[in-house]
Amino acid sequence: MESIYWPTFFFWLFSLISCSFAVGVLLASNIVRMAFYLVLSLASIAGLFFLAGADFVGAMQIMIYVGGTLVLLIFGVMLTSQERFIEMKTPSGEWVIAFFIGASLLGLLFQVAQGVPAWQGMDRLEAEAIAVEKTATPIGMGLLGVRVDKLDETDKSRQAGMSGYLLIFEIVSVHLLVVLIGAAYLARAKRKQNRENLASVT
Amino acid sequence: MIHLPLAHLLSEPVGVSHYVMVGAVLFTCGVLCMATKRNALGVLMGIELVLNGANLNFIAFGSHVLRNDVNSLGLDGQLMAMFVIVLAAAEAAVLLAIALNFYNNHNSIDVDRADELLG
Amino acid sequence: MPRGLLVVTNWKKWQWLRWFEEKPKVARFLLELTLFDTYICPWPWLAYTIAGLVHVALILNLVAVSALVFIWLERKISGRIQDRLGPTRVGGKFGWLQTLADGLKLLTKEDLMPATADGFLFRIAPYVCFCASIAAFIAIPFAGGPYPWIAQHLNTGVFFVLAVLGLEVFGVILAGYASASKWSLFGAMREAAQVVSYEVPLGMCVVVPVLIAGSMDMVVIGDRQAGWFTNWLVFHDPFTFITACVFFTCAMASVNRAPFDLAEAESELVAGFHTEYSGIRWSFFFMAEYGSMFSVSILAAILFFGGWHGPVPITSLLGVGGEVGTLGWGLAQALGLANVLFKGVIGVCLMIWVRWTLPRLRIDQVMTVCLKYCTPIAAVMFLGATFWHYNLPSKNFFGLTDVPAEVYEISEGWERVAGESQNSGNTELVAAGEHARISSLSDQVLLENASLENALLENASLENVGGRR
Repeated sequence: MESIYWPTFFFWLFSLISCSFAVGVLLASNIVRMAFYLVLSLASIAGLFFLAGADFVGAMQIMIYVGGTLVLLIFGVMLTSQERFIEMKTPSGEWVIAFFIGASLLGLLFQVAQGVPAWQGMDRLEAEAIAVEKTATPIGMGLLGVRVDKLDETDKSRQAGMSGYLLIFEIVSVHLLVVLIGAAYLARAKRKQNRENLASVT
Repeated sequence: MIHLPLAHLLSEPVGVSHYVMVGAVLFTCGVLCMATKRNALGVLMGIELVLNGANLNFIAFGSHVLRNDVNSLGLDGQLMAMFVIVLAAAEAAVLLAIALNFYNNHNSIDVDRADELLG
Repeated sequence: MPRGLLVVTNWKKWQWLRWFEEKPKVARFLLELTLFDTYICPWPWLAYTIAGLVHVALILNLVAVSALVFIWLERKISGRIQDRLGPTRVGGKFGWLQTLADGLKLLTKEDLMPATADGFLFRIAPYVCFCASIAAFIAIPFAGGPYPWIAQHLNTGVFFVLAVLGLEVFGVILAGYASASKWSLFGAMREAAQVVSYEVPLGMCVVVPVLIAGSMDMVVIGDRQAGWFTNWLVFHDPFTFITACVFFTCAMASVNRAPFDLAEAESELVAGFHTEYSGIRWSFFFMAEYGSMFSVSILAAILFFGGWHGPVPITSLLGVGGEVGTLGWGLAQALGLANVLFKGVIGVCLMIWVRWTLPRLRIDQVMTVCLKYCTPIAAVMFLGATFWHYNLPSKNFFGLTDVPAEVYEISEGWERVAGESQNSGNTELVAAGEHARISSLSDQVLLENASLENALLENASLENVGGRR
C-alpha cells in the first residue's frame, strides 16, 4: 500500500467535475443553467491543464473561455430570450437515438484510448523525479519564431518542427481583427433595420 | 490485507490515456449537445465542449508530466491548444452575431425555425 | 493492529478500541476507508491537509477581516467627506465595531427569495462571486525573496489573478438573471458590458510591468523594484507613470466602484443586481466587492508601487535579513507583508475617496471612457514604455539612475549564468536553476540578445525566421 499520489487525486477530482457538468450541459434545458454548468466544466478543465504542467494555457483558458466567451454567451442569451427562463424541449425519440450514438462513440474512443501501451501512466518513482518546467517564456519565444525548448535537437527530420509559430501568430491576430470588425458589422447592420423591434426587446 | 480499489487507483500517476478518456467524454457530450439542442446557443455550447475535448488531448500529448519520451508533442501541444482557444473565442463572437441576426429575423433562436431553404 | 491506532497514548480512555484488536481486518478496512492512505505513515496526508487548511484559513480571514475594516473605514471617511462624524457608538471610541453589529443584524434577517426566481442559481450566485474574489488571493505574493510568502507560486501569476478577477462578473450575471426582476437584469447586463470592456485596457496596462520585469511571475516583478522608491516601476519612465494611473482607473471600473458602479446605481436601478437579496447572501456580495477592491489594490501595489519593498530599504540599511528560516529573514518578510497590506489599504482608501467625491457616470459615458480614452491611452503607453525600455534597458527613475547591481532575479531557466557566456553552440542556453544571480541587468540584457541572435542564426537554414531578419 503506497500513499496517495496527489496529482492523481486532483486529476480524478477535476475530471469528475468537468465530466459531470458536461453531462449537465447536455441534459439541462434551461439555457442559463447550461451556461453555468459549462463555466464549471471549463474551469475544471483549466485545473486539468495546470495538472498537466501547462500553466500558461490553463490561465488562458480561465481568462478567455470562462471570462470572455461565456460572458458573451450570456449576453446573447439575455438579448434573445423571449420569455424568462426559456426552455426548449428535445423530443424523447431524439434522446434515445442520441444515447445510442453517444454510447457507441464513447465506447470506441475509450477503446482507442486504452489501446496504446505508451499512453499508460508512468512509474510513480519516474513521475516524481520529473522537474517542474516553466512554460510561459518558451511559449512566448515560440510565438516569436524561436523554439528555445528544442535547441539541442540534432535529428534533421525533427528540426522541421523548430521553425516556431510567428507566421501563425500573425495570421491569428489578423483573423481576430477581421472577426472583431465582422461581428460588429453583423450585429450593427440588422439593428439599424429593426430598431423598433429591438427596442421592445431590451 | 485489504486493498481498497479506490486507494490503489489514487496511488499511481495518471497517463495520457486518462486525459484522452476525459476528452472523449467532453467530446461526446458536445456532439450530442450539437445534435439534440434546438436552441442556437445550446449548439454553440456544444461546439465549445467539443473544442475543449480536443484541447485536452493536445495538452495531454504535449505534457512532459504524463509522458516523457521523444514522441511527446512537447511545447507544440500547448501552442496548438492556445490557438484553439483564441479561434474559439473568435468563433463564439461570430456565432453570437449570427444568433442575434437570426433572432431579429425569426423572433426566436430555435434552429428548427430556419427552414426557408425547404421552399 | 494498525500503528495509527496504537499511537494513542492514554489507552484507558480508549478502552472501546480494544474491540478492533479482535477484528484487525475491520480495523484496517475502516482506517483505509477514512484516511484513504497508508497505515505505515498517515502523516504526509495530514501534513498536506493541514498546510492547505492553513493557507485557506489565512486567505479567508484576510478577505473577511479586511471587508470588516474597509466597511467601517468607508463609513468613517464618507462621513468626514460629507462633514459628518460617521459611526461613533458601537464598540467604544470610534465606532469600530459597527460592521460587526451590522453583520449580526444581517445574520438575523430573513433570507427572502422571489417566488418566480430560479432557486438554484439565485442561491448559488453570491457564493460564485465570493469564491472568485477569494481565489485571486491564491497567486498574490505578500512577501518576496527566494522563498516568497504566497499560497501558490505561479509562473504566470499576474495573468492568473486577472483571469480569476474577471470571473466575479459571472456571479453578478447569475444573480441578476435568477432574481426574475427587471432592475436586477438591467444591473447585471450593465456590469457584463462594463467588465468585458474594461478587461482590455486593464490587460494592456498589466503588460507594461511584465515587459519591464521580463516575467509574469509577480514575485519577480516585485523583486525587480527592490531598494529605494526610485526603483518603483511607477517611476520607471513617464509612460509607466501614466500607465499606473490608467491601471487604477480601469481597476476601479472592473471591480464596480463608483464612479463606475452602474450595476448598482441606486438612483436608477433601485439596487441593481442585488435588489432581491437580503440577509447573509447580500452581505456575501459586499464581502466579494471589498475583497476584489483589496486584491486589485494589492495588484497595483505589486506591479507599480514596489510591492513588499518600502520607499526606504530599511531592512538592507539596518542589515536585517539573512538566511531563509532565520529570525532576521522572518522579520524582513513580515515587514514586506506589512508593506503590501499598507499599500493595499492606501489603494482602497483612494477608491473610497474617489467614490464619495465624483458623481456617477452614465452608461454611455462609462463605455466612452473605456473604449475612446483608456484603451488608446494604454496602447500608446505600452508602445512608449517598450521604446523607452528598449533604449534605456538599465535605467530607473525616468532614466536618471541605474538599476542597482544587486537586483534580485529569479531566472525562468532560459537565461545564461553570467560567466558561461563564451561557450558556443546550443549549450549557451543553459537552465540557470531556480535562483541565478545575474551580476547586472545590462549585462543580462546583452547576454539575452546574444543568445537570441544565436538561436535565430540556427534557424536561418529554415529560411523562415532568418529570412525575415
